[in-house]
Amino acid sequence: MSLTALAGIILVAFSAVLLIGLFLLKDRVKASFRTIPAITKFIRSIGTAVEQGTRVHFSLGSADVTRERTGASFVGLSALHHITEMAAASDKPPVTTSGDAGLAVLSQDNLQSAYRAAGMEEQYHPDAGRVTGLTPFSYAAGALSMIADEDISSSLLAGSFGVEIGLLTEAVERQDAFTLSAADSLPAQALVFASAKEPLIGEELFAVGAYLDTSRIHAMSLYVQDILRWLIVLVLLGGAAMKLLAGLV
Amino acid sequence: MKRYFSPAIAIGVGLLVLFGYFFQNSSLNAVRTIFVQWAVLLSAAAVFVGVINLFLVHLNKVIHKSRDRVYSLFLLVALLLTLTFGFLYSPNDPVMVNIFNAVILPVETSLMAIMAITLIYAAIRLLRRRVDLMSIIFLATAVVVMLGAAPTPFFQIPLVADLFRPKIINVLSTSGARGILIGVGLGTLLTGLRVLMGIDRPYGGK
Repeated sequence: MSLTALAGIILVAFSAVLLIGLFLLKDRVKASFRTIPAITKFIRSIGTAVEQGTRVHFSLGSADVTRERTGASFVGLSALHHITEMAAASDKPPVTTSGDAGLAVLSQDNLQSAYRAAGMEEQYHPDAGRVTGLTPFSYAAGALSMIADEDISSSLLAGSFGVEIGLLTEAVERQDAFTLSAADSLPAQALVFASAKEPLIGEELFAVGAYLDTSRIHAMSLYVQDILRWLIVLVLLGGAAMKLLAGLV
Repeated sequence: MKRYFSPAIAIGVGLLVLFGYFFQNSSLNAVRTIFVQWAVLLSAAAVFVGVINLFLVHLNKVIHKSRDRVYSLFLLVALLLTLTFGFLYSPNDPVMVNIFNAVILPVETSLMAIMAITLIYAAIRLLRRRVDLMSIIFLATAVVVMLGAAPTPFFQIPLVADLFRPKIINVLSTSGARGILIGVGLGTLLTGLRVLMGIDRPYGGK
């Protein structure tokens, strides 16, 4: 086994043990996080959308589900399930757009199970989970017309995006709708920072589940993320110090 | 039954693929390859489902006379024509390649150009929308990097091209990018673990 593989196994096993351990400690670990105004405003915008009878839009990006960049889209799917349960009673049910067919099938499945959980399965329509294009820009082009037509007042763009996210955020802003944008790639994050009202940068994307109060384990996974980050910081600083000492000796 | 069956399959296959990735020389790696090939086949089948979904959504728009039905009609005609040509010729046939080069490529390039304009417009509006230290640093950095890269006819802008721009790109930007990518990597790891434990179920159900 290579050293990289060994390090990988240790990291995965350590994270899993930490996650399960913190979860089992239950009330002894209180979940308290700093406020992320963007997510607070997004939750408020969902309530407004339900009251006003407007639509909530989810954009899940265009990552192929067989590739490694799907992790970010899974965050979007998790939020989709939770928010659809909350907004199931709305006159205009939530709608999702994806740039990958596999992701669209998953979004339809999530929408259906969320309606079932809310006791409103008859409200579900497969049209609510759409593929708008199969290349990043055709996906954005298809989603643009949907954003303009569907009376959208709140939009969550969370997933694996490239620079095409700039077109989507601009389109949502032009509709005077609320946008919460988060992406996993660096160019997309730079674009989101410049064009979106409420951007999420870096790992904030992966905090959405915990902040939406999806489950206790989401909150605990944020703690594990923090612990791992500090460990990496210590390893980096230790490495730098050792290199400095080696140079002095 | 489905409630337990789907997570059991997802967790089992997920663990096998993960261990197959770590133990490259074992039989687990062969199992991993088979599962990944199955996933690719399923993904290809999903593309067909996705195209049907796209077709039905736009057909509904045409039938219900929605505002932009002309565009939907255009999409339907183009989709059917391309599909017919695709069946008549193979995807690598010069006719199909020409369709791609003459239609999809220029359209996507135009969208990229629109994106550049959109970004400039967004940058101009940034300080009106959000006046804070980070926005000012963002804009100032963008201006310095662009000035440093701008083709000037007779001379380079002193300090900007030879000092500030390389320092920003090689030191500040690279270290910041690594920090962000480590954060994204950790987030992806934890998301994957939640899926493997059956807590997050992107395949639906709770």
